[in-house]
This record gives sequence, structure tokens and C-alpha cells, in this order.
Amino acid sequence: MHSRTTLVALPVVLAAAALASCAGGFSGPGTPSAAEIDALTQQIVAQSFHDKGIVKVQQAFAEDETLRACNAADVAGKPLDAETAKRIEALNMQTVKWPADGKYLGDWKAGEALAQSGRGMTWTDTAKTPNGGNCYNCHQIDKKEISFGTIGPSLYHYGKLRGVSDPNAPESREVVRYTWGKIWNSKAYAACSNMPRAGHKGILNEKQVADLVALLLDPASPVNK
Amino acid sequence: MRGRNKALAVAAATGLVAFAGMALAQKTSTQAIEEYREMLQDGNPADLFEAKGEELWTKKRGPKNASLERCDLGLGPGVVKGAFVQLPRWFEDTGKVQDLESRLVTCMSQLQGIDPKAIIKGEWGKGERANTTALATWIAAQSKGMPFSLPQSHVQERTMYQVGKRLFFQRGGAHDFACASCHGEEGKRIRLQDLPLLTRNPGDGVGFAAWPAYRVSNGQMWSMQHRLNDCYRQQRFPEPDFASDATVALGVYLGVNARGDKSAVPTIKR
Repeated sequence: MHSRTTLVALPVVLAAAALASCAGGFSGPGTPSAAEIDALTQQIVAQSFHDKGIVKVQQAFAEDETLRACNAADVAGKPLDAETAKRIEALNMQTVKWPADGKYLGDWKAGEALAQSGRGMTWTDTAKTPNGGNCYNCHQIDKKEISFGTIGPSLYHYGKLRGVSDPNAPESREVVRYTWGKIWNSKAYAACSNMPRAGHKGILNEKQVADLVALLLDPASPVNK
Repeated sequence: MRGRNKALAVAAATGLVAFAGMALAQKTSTQAIEEYREMLQDGNPADLFEAKGEELWTKKRGPKNASLERCDLGLGPGVVKGAFVQLPRWFEDTGKVQDLESRLVTCMSQLQGIDPKAIIKGEWGKGERANTTALATWIAAQSKGMPFSLPQSHVQERTMYQVGKRLFFQRGGAHDFACASCHGEEGKRIRLQDLPLLTRNPGDGVGFAAWPAYRVSNGQMWSMQHRLNDCYRQQRFPEPDFASDATVALGVYLGVNARGDKSAVPTIKR
């Protein structure tokens, strides 16, 4: 993606953009409009990044309505309006793949190992690097693990707090399905969630999602002890 | 005792510290780093890179056999003190907003005749890329304790701030991560690592005011370009080109937000 033309192209675009000035937050005389800066940002991104290892520019910046809307909302400093948020959540809900065999709960021990790992899908990983769930990076989960992040809410006692004593009982079904869906595609429940869409983006497979659901909901899991 | 004597003392201390580092492994990383910082007080291994950078500034090098002493870092040819806390900024001769490292590429190319590709396409810690890191460390250290005050008077400086803001909030890659995923809220951490909020000034010597820094975990000196590069790696983004407009725009956004924060560079990091 990188080329020498970057060096000359930028001032030209800036000069053109500066002609149509518009006032705003950090603006002053000649500052381009928001739309012009959006276009310039896209151009700079296209010229500044290159493929490396398993990470490809085209995939990383692929058009995605969810991300585009959420990014714009963050730049504007205003959350999405309720209607847009609902529409985006519905779009993401459509991508959730429910377990083919109807088994939502896997092995909580395998889930704990996945939750611990933050590996996979960087340019220093290979296609063979097993992807982790990255869970402890942002969440408290098993109380014995003191090295946990705080970007997401604590998941300690996740099942217990939601009254799930038997995940296979009909009354648990709603919580079980929500847990699966949230891990598969977090944006189905909160349009601009910070959480990756583990199933939807191919980070974790069905078995691995089931293992994480078990970590959170199996009464035998240390999460619910 | 800036210079070679100090460099030698630090080299000796570094060996001891590496040994002590193993004993510290059982403690939390925060505790360990605090103790490490205390032990080093007057001997941050960054001093080695500072000494190398100072030498590279005055030494006649490259096809043109010239020093960098006439390099204009924004405050006039050869003025080093105070330049770092006003970068990135607009430069008339290149018609671009440049950060410290992209400006060094310009000076090394124009004054010394060094091929920019040797730096831009190079590897961290090697050859002319490593020289640029050392130069950046020394130059930045000359502004230690000074508050950041990036200029925003030129239209391109303001435009790059706005571009940097968009880059900061740009989700992408396999995990939908943006800079803001980790640095958009107060008081958060990843695992045990505290995360500075970078949408406003995070405090003296924190965030933008902390790099270049010596990284204890891998024994490397990291410039701001290297810091941003590894953030993007962890974000699952593709790699930004060294000194690319995207990295410079992010530097403008972070640097302007850090207005008033005092530089503690070079610092020691995990």
C-alpha cells in the first residue's frame, strides 16, 4: 500500500481541503470540514499501512457498517441514536450461529485455558498459532486469577448471580442463549461494545465458544464456586 | 556525568539488574517495576542510548560526511533543547507535519546523504533505524521536565490533529480494537497493566510524555514510533510504515492532548 506518492499527495489534498473551510472543535482559519477530514483519513490509512505476516490491510479495514457507525459516534463524542443502535444490533444478531447439535455447554477447563490466552492473529503470530479468547485481558473471571483486566465487567459468579443452578433446565435457556450469543457476536447486544466478535470474526470456533459458556455457567466451574 | 563514564556505569548496573529481575518475578509487575526504578534511580539503561545519540548528532557521517548539528527540529538549525515538546509540527521545507523521527529521516537524508529507505524499511534495533532511536532518545532527553506545547497555528497541524483523532477511534482488524478500546476510559487496565486515558492530558510523564522509554521486558529502547507500532500489532492491525502520515497524525493527537504535561523522557517501562 505504501508508495512514494504519499509524500507529495498529502499536501495537495490538504491544500484542496483547506479551500473549503469550516469551523469546529479544534479548528481555526482554513481548517477542512469534517467530511473532508474523513476522506483524508481514509486516504492516509490506505497509504500508511502494509500487509505483514498473516495480517492483511484489505481484511483489517474491510467495510463494516457496525464499525463505521461506532467510529463516527466516538469521533463526534455522541453515542449512537437508539434507532441506529437497534438496527446495528439486529444486523449482528443475524450473524450469530447457534450450536448445530444444540449443546451450548462444553468443557469449562478448556474454557479457562482459552480465557487465559491472549494469543493469535497479530502479525507476529502464524496461521498455526492457536487463538486465545483474550478474556482475562479485560474481565475478572476465576477469583484465583489475580491478573485480570478491568475494561469489561467482572464475570466472577456469572452463573450464580443470574440464578443458573442447572444450565440444562428450561428456565436457564434465556441466560444460556444470551451467553453464547454475546461471545459469538457481542455487538448483537450492544452495538458499539468494546468486546471482539469471537465467533463472527472467526477468532473462536463453535467448540471453543461452548467451552467458554461452560466456564461461565457450569455449576462445577470455579467461576460459580 | 552525562556521557561515556555514565554509560559504562550503567552497563555494569544493567547486568546486576537483570539478575535481580529474576528474583522479582514472583511479585506483581507493578511492585517489581517500582523496585527496579528505585534501584536504577541514577542509572536508567536509556542513558546508553542517550550517549550514543549525542555522539551521532555531532559525528560526521554518511555519503556527505556531515554531522546533524545544522538539523532544524522546529526551533531553528541546531536548536535541540525544547524541540521535542513541540513535536510533531509543520515544517515549511518539506511541506509536511513531522514527528521527531520523521524529521530525523529528513535531516539524515538532506545533511548526511543517508538513504531514507535504510531507516523506513529497516528493522528496530538495527542499523540506521537504531541510530534514529538513539538520536531521538538524546534529543528528547534535552527537554526533560519541560511541558508539552505542540503548535496548532498551521492549518495542517490542526488537520493532522483531526485525522489523528479519527485514527484513535478507528476500530478494525480481527478483534475490532481501536486505540480507544484500551485508552478511552479513566482508570482501566489490561491484566495488571495500567492504561493511561489518552483523550486528554494524562499527567506528567504518562502516555505521550513517557516515550522514548527503556523496555525492561525485552531490554530494548523504544521510541514513540516503536510504541505506536507495537500498539497496532496488539490491536491486530496491519503494520504502519515507519514515520507514515498515520503515525504522525496520531502523534499530533496524543501530543496536543498532552498539553501542559511535563516530559519525563527517557523513562523505564515494563
